[in-house]
Amino acid sequence: MTAATQFRTCPTTGLKVDRSAENLIKANAVVAVVFLLIGGLFGLSIALTRWPAVHLLPADWFYLALTAHGFDVLLAWIIFFEMAVLYFASAILLNSRIAAPRWGWAQFWLMLVGALMTNVAVLQGNSSVMFTSYPPLQAAPHFYLGLVLFAVGALIGCAVFFGTLVVAKDEKTYEGSVPLVTFGAITAAIIAVFTLACGAIILIPTFLWSIGIIHGVDPLMYKLVWWGMGHSSQQINVSAHVAVWYAIGAMVLGAKPISEKVSRMAFLMYILFLQLASAHHMLVEPGVSSSWKIFNTSYAMYLAVLGSMIHGLTVPGAIEAAQRAKGYNKGLFEWLRKAPWGNPAFAGMFLSLVMFGFLGGISGVVMGTEQINLIMHNTLYVPGHFHATVVAGTTLAFMAITYLLVPLIFRREVMFKRIAQLQPYIFGLGVAGISLFMMGAGTLGVPRRHWDITFADALTQFQFSPAAFLMLALNGLSAIMAATGGAMYIVVVVCSVFFGRKIGDNEVVQLGPVSGAASAAAVARYGNEGTLKIPGTVVLVGVFFVSFVLYYFVNWKYLAEVWPLK
Amino acid sequence: MAIASPSAGWWKEPIHKVELIWAVVAFLWGIAMFFMMIYWHGVGKQNLSNEAYKTTPADYAAKVDKMIEAYTVRQEGAFPVVRPPPGSDVYMMGRVYMWWPMLELVKGETYRLHLSSIDLQHGFSLQPVNINLQVHPGYEMVVTMTPNQSGQFGIVCNEYCGFGHHTMTGRIYVVDKK
Repeated sequence: MTAATQFRTCPTTGLKVDRSAENLIKANAVVAVVFLLIGGLFGLSIALTRWPAVHLLPADWFYLALTAHGFDVLLAWIIFFEMAVLYFASAILLNSRIAAPRWGWAQFWLMLVGALMTNVAVLQGNSSVMFTSYPPLQAAPHFYLGLVLFAVGALIGCAVFFGTLVVAKDEKTYEGSVPLVTFGAITAAIIAVFTLACGAIILIPTFLWSIGIIHGVDPLMYKLVWWGMGHSSQQINVSAHVAVWYAIGAMVLGAKPISEKVSRMAFLMYILFLQLASAHHMLVEPGVSSSWKIFNTSYAMYLAVLGSMIHGLTVPGAIEAAQRAKGYNKGLFEWLRKAPWGNPAFAGMFLSLVMFGFLGGISGVVMGTEQINLIMHNTLYVPGHFHATVVAGTTLAFMAITYLLVPLIFRREVMFKRIAQLQPYIFGLGVAGISLFMMGAGTLGVPRRHWDITFADALTQFQFSPAAFLMLALNGLSAIMAATGGAMYIVVVVCSVFFGRKIGDNEVVQLGPVSGAASAAAVARYGNEGTLKIPGTVVLVGVFFVSFVLYYFVNWKYLAEVWPLK
Repeated sequence: MAIASPSAGWWKEPIHKVELIWAVVAFLWGIAMFFMMIYWHGVGKQNLSNEAYKTTPADYAAKVDKMIEAYTVRQEGAFPVVRPPPGSDVYMMGRVYMWWPMLELVKGETYRLHLSSIDLQHGFSLQPVNINLQVHPGYEMVVTMTPNQSGQFGIVCNEYCGFGHHTMTGRIYVVDKK
């Protein structure tokens, strides 16, 4: 292959696009969306089963669906999409060829075979052990083997990403430092290496146990190491979707970080501290000391939370500054009112930012407080929290950037503009409902992963309050809404990719009010320390901070009301 | 832009006041939340003990049986209802699919509640109080607990433990001091 055919030049961004990187991005993104569809359908069936008046699935199918839902959306959809993000942030943004594209395909096929193997094991019905597969509960051997292959595949993807960074540096395809979005992707990939290694380290012995070679796996040790994958992999998502927020801000509005230094330091906090998250799952376990719990659950004095709180200011701040530079200077919020709310990439990104912070971030810190966890552990509050982070945060951000990837990478025009415009709102509102109502049910004590909270077949009875049942019904309705939003996304994306109007080789795509080279002039004028004014963002962040503090102490109050124990 | 390399010298650009103030506020808030957990260990009344032992299902079941033998006050369906003396060691065992046995405690008295499982992991969820503890086979956790409400309380399992998970319940009675 000669260099001339290997690259094309993107007429919109001026970037040199390596075709083999582009093909890898396409393949990973397509498979990701397929797993989102499958996992999403399982999710809908779970919510409809939890809704007592509907109670859709029988018990064994419910637990099967729950296992499949966890794997398909939490690992398969997200990590496949992240592979696409890694290749995009390295080869494409750095104008480079991708290192070792064959290894890239090894990543793709290993992950795909692994994901299918685990899905087959689950669908065969004897591996309904939940996504977490806590021993001594045992699944079929190929359940674990599939997970190991998937993790190894993803590790290879990270290696290709790092290799591409080396190639780009070596061949001088960019000048100076890497772009912020690439920096965020590097953060994600470093965390990914840690988490995927944790997964392989614990799942290999668990696999050996399932085929009878070793006698058992200590349940406490399993939890500690497994959550090094299970939770820390969510931190890959955080890094990746924060990088996506910056990318969308840049591509749609020409937003430039207020300060590169501050944003990069915030990402660095993630690399240094986010891996301690296993502790969030060990707060009410026997045999783990309080001092260990306090240090780890707080990410070493909340230094990783500090990173997220900084992004919470710098991302909207960058957008406000870009908007003000365009003349939206009236009052506190003209920049926000006149933002391109009809552009699904922007709308999805901004909703993701707000919901991740207010719903996911605050609830996560509160639930991860050593003592407060006592009144939340394993209740529906837990899935309530992580649907706000992983679905409202990560999934919505990934959906949003798809609206840019379709024209830029797939070279197709997005079809059904009206549906695409509404999609982030419908999906976002539905997910907000799912999160809030599950958290509400959780504070009333409703357990997660539970088929029947009426306890009809139990030996002794217990009656949850009517409010709990109402919460589950509202959760079901919200899930229908979110599923509708998810279906809209899939219809728009799949139809556009296959049937959308082909974009010509020299055609410039309009990504937002300011796009491509035209924005370069605008951004040069703001962002300097002396001239920057972002009063609207300051107000938003102030509201966030007050909500955070109030909600935090309200939960201490709740805790103080339960039976004394020590 | 965030998708392009920053201009040279970005590391030397001064940080804007708003960012600096927010970073300091967020940092201090993190420190406050960190010390709040330590503070609660001193002042708060709801803390987990650090007391736990390695055990085996057989050893633990034997302890449970011994307590049942000594202090059963009545039978309720399949369950013995056990009323151990205040201040004593009280045992609760998780198994597929029940919390065994039922306990009767006295309001305002303190008990050393032992928790373990003889098969899989289970979740001890005392409702509607909403105290949730993870129960592992092979580990025996000891929590010193003082019921401060009287009435009938349900124990739900909130860690998935197989297809009968949703039928796993138990009960604790708390009676007023006579």
